[in-house]
Amino acid sequence: MANNGVIRFTGGCYLAQTATTVGKKENQGPLNAWFDVSESDEYFGQSTFEQAESEMVRRNLRLLLEKANVKEEEIGAVLGGDLVNQCTGTSFGISGYQIPYLGLYGACSTIAEALLIGASLVSGGFLPSAVALASSHFCTAERQYRFPPEYGSQRTPTSQYTVTGTGAFLLTAEDTGIRVADGVLGVVTDGGITDANNMGAAMAPAAADTILRYFDHSGRSLADFDAVVTGDLGQEGLELTDELLQKCGLDIAPKHLDCGVLIYDAKKQDMHSGGSGCGCLASVLGGYFFQRIRRGELGRILAVGTGALLSANSAFQKLSIPSVAHAVCLESTTGKGA
Amino acid sequence: MDSKAYQTYTESRAKRSHVLRDCIRAFWVGGLICCLGQALNVIYQWAGLEEKTAGLCVSVTLIFLAGLLTGIGWFDRIAKYAGAGTLVPITGFSNAVAAPAIDARAEGYVTGVAAKMFTIAGPVIVYGAVSSILYGVLYYLFTL
Repeated sequence: MANNGVIRFTGGCYLAQTATTVGKKENQGPLNAWFDVSESDEYFGQSTFEQAESEMVRRNLRLLLEKANVKEEEIGAVLGGDLVNQCTGTSFGISGYQIPYLGLYGACSTIAEALLIGASLVSGGFLPSAVALASSHFCTAERQYRFPPEYGSQRTPTSQYTVTGTGAFLLTAEDTGIRVADGVLGVVTDGGITDANNMGAAMAPAAADTILRYFDHSGRSLADFDAVVTGDLGQEGLELTDELLQKCGLDIAPKHLDCGVLIYDAKKQDMHSGGSGCGCLASVLGGYFFQRIRRGELGRILAVGTGALLSANSAFQKLSIPSVAHAVCLESTTGKGA
Repeated sequence: MDSKAYQTYTESRAKRSHVLRDCIRAFWVGGLICCLGQALNVIYQWAGLEEKTAGLCVSVTLIFLAGLLTGIGWFDRIAKYAGAGTLVPITGFSNAVAAPAIDARAEGYVTGVAAKMFTIAGPVIVYGAVSSILYGVLYYLFTL
């Protein structure tokens, strides 16, 4: 069998519930009504930004358990990660829960990676349920990758703004109406981009590669989908991905939505190319898209998490930015498109 | 498309910053800061300070004000608008030291504040000192 990275969850894995928490800027954006909770205190009542991110993860997981009405002992495992060194945000947030934990790193593609692994474990019958989650916080990302938040600087038009937010997804083996049908594991792609302020251009080749591979090998065509949802390409990366795919004869533009573009009003909120970060896809997929599938407004979507795999050191050493994109297909088992 | 062609293409299509707009903003805000500095200089001299001491006090005042604005979270908003207008005067230097110092306070006074205070401004100090030494040596040689 050709190794094309496509995996099918034949044993059955379903999305039971989601929980999303975002910060102030995200709540001022056009999707505010779709998030469960927004917090205006960027410290989340803690004394450092790293602790704030952990607190956000902790509260959001609690919220997921409440919404789904399950006890933490019933959860098979939590799979998740974030951008802060060694997954600080998630690990510290999960600490205190009696749930087995696998820490993941896929930069901003982490939630797609977590959903793929979680769905494999549940669909394979290894776990009765699993939680996939990912988070990012504007200030922890700024501290790590750019400048201290109070440092005065200007950004280039292609730069993106890290989303403060998190999304948690409960995966179960029982049919809940939304199936995690299949997906494709991403290949690390390096287009040679070194500009950390043009992450969209760095991630576009990875996104295009994954989307192309999915439609080449999954047996499904673009016509089967209501939307192709990328994580955080931003306006720049969205246009580039569409152009790259058009060159390969696949025109996804009419169905292509990007969470980084959707989450902010780029003009009004002065967000340049849009949002980024692990929390971008996690919160928008868990809030906006999950509810739209549940309402029957969307039948089947392909969620593509895009991650720029740079580190603060690799950026200083002027190395190009390798990127990866993982795709997960979510479909309604009841309404439209089933 | 190979990697080189892709890089060239992405660079060519990436939107550029509004250079003219940014220059105008930098000019008027930077100019205003310099006018403030000059006004302070006049006031300090009028209050009885010598010209040299008055100049020093102007720098200290501007450094203090920029540090204060950084601390209360206003400086980054002004700098986002003004760019080089706040960066080039001594205010930018003050912000570059104050911002990481404030940011690193959770990591302690030694390994945090003191160690990280110069992560942005450090290179300016190092190369500033090195170039002044070079200039001093050249000056000495040519005026022997």
